Amino acid sequence: MCGIVGLHLRNPDLQPRLGELLTTMLCEMQDRGADSAGVAVYGDPRMSPPGRTTVSLLETGSDAPALAAAVSAALGAPADVLAVGETLLVSAEATDEDSLLAACRAAAPDALVAGFGADLAVLKGVGHPRDLADGWSLAQAQGWQGVGHTRMATESAVDASGAHPYAVGPGQCMVHNGSFSNHATVRRELVRRGVAFDSQNDTEVGARFVAQQLAEGRDVETALKELCTTLDGFYTLLVSNRDSFAVLRDAIACKPAVIAETDDWVAMASEYRALAGLPGVESARIWEPEPEVVYAWTR
Amino acid sequence: MDTLSTTTSSSSTVTTFDLAQVPLREVNSALHAPGLSGEFLITGPAGAHNVAVGVNAPVKITVSGHVGYYAAGMNQQAEILVEGNAGTGVAENMMSGTVVVTGNASQSAAATAHGGLLVVHGDASARCGISLKGADVVVGGNVGHNSAFMAQAGRMVVRGNAGHGLGDSLYEARLYVRGEVASLGADCVAKEMRPEHLEELAGLLKAAGYDDDPASYTRYGSARSLYHFHSDNVSAY
Repeated sequence: MCGIVGLHLRNPDLQPRLGELLTTMLCEMQDRGADSAGVAVYGDPRMSPPGRTTVSLLETGSDAPALAAAVSAALGAPADVLAVGETLLVSAEATDEDSLLAACRAAAPDALVAGFGADLAVLKGVGHPRDLADGWSLAQAQGWQGVGHTRMATESAVDASGAHPYAVGPGQCMVHNGSFSNHATVRRELVRRGVAFDSQNDTEVGARFVAQQLAEGRDVETALKELCTTLDGFYTLLVSNRDSFAVLRDAIACKPAVIAETDDWVAMASEYRALAGLPGVESARIWEPEPEVVYAWTR
Repeated sequence: MDTLSTTTSSSSTVTTFDLAQVPLREVNSALHAPGLSGEFLITGPAGAHNVAVGVNAPVKITVSGHVGYYAAGMNQQAEILVEGNAGTGVAENMMSGTVVVTGNASQSAAATAHGGLLVVHGDASARCGISLKGADVVVGGNVGHNSAFMAQAGRMVVRGNAGHGLGDSLYEARLYVRGEVASLGADCVAKEMRPEHLEELAGLLKAAGYDDDPASYTRYGSARSLYHFHSDNVSAY
């Protein structure tokens, strides 16, 4: 199975409540997968300080102070590290993403990069979604957008590298319910084009495919339509970046999805019950996304 | 129990269950009591799965709000009204009775249903009436792709449009569609509306609360060329 949730806030007054709302949504979907979970939070001033670049790292093999010292040395400028659960969030003043990423990789060569970009923190781990959310103090998070995933592993190992979201391009995230059947073929093609992978996971292939499309200058809608023609399998996808939020289902559409929209927010989840606690949901426009139609919202 | 309230009105007694307070298993268990009669109101479903499944009594049940998967599944005899949307498999394997959804229904509505009537006043998504075995389905809006897939018996009425692959590998279910059909599935063909079909359709529409002109519909059914393996049909399998 797997459960996915996403919340895109339009009303700034709700931003202090992002984490609280996202926690309820995520935990409601834990019945769909409870071996691992992950979230991406856009705009939390503590986890991803404004005006700075943030890199989310897992399995660094060091603690926050040691990592901060090593990254600062590699970067030649001060970097701060905040530990949130098992994720270490490295941020530095207005550096470009590439130089901070390079410094992180130099400081912690075996670390898993869970996400990078401005205003983005990605937290993921193995365990029960409720326990993970508590460990991250997710309910305290703020921001304008969040996505989450509860995993029931099918295509790769239950470890942090197999947990979603896959945040492989600057500020970009993908969460996925389903499985890609031709991921090995697409992976080989991407590897031939110089793309490096962190895991054997099928969703990572989808995420890196979309990142490649975006890097080549395509917009999100075109990139996702390309995904429809190239990747085979079952999928409901939620694809986000710093300013946008998009939903796509495959042609068979057996993996569930429901979208709800009000003047204050747009929300998406595998099942309605994850949306049932959102403020004003009783008057929301609620519908099931059609197969192979890209639904996208921009901030 | 203090969470179960009984309200008496001039005409009838309605027993109310609030799913925000009473566990679903307790509610369904109460609805399975031997010799059950009367009217029931279920509030606060919040998208819960399996609401009012397996009822086998001539009762009226109103569910106020959106439900999750398999609502009113396996229904026998009961009249169940869902005031909201329904998730996957509403009224799946229904045997008799009536299930009405005022909003939209997700995929596989009335899957394998043997008898009774499902009315969805909004849209029903993919695979509506899949493997239908004798129930009637009336959809006020559109149905998604692969609806009535391998439907064996029963009738399905679509007041709007049907998605791709309507009636693929159909057996003897009869389908009536008023709007456009994106494409027909293997072995499903348009058929003549004879007087008995106009009469049958008028009855189904009336039962669902609609008064459309039956002549504005097209009937679809099986061409009956895929029932048994035949080497001449090998390319169609």
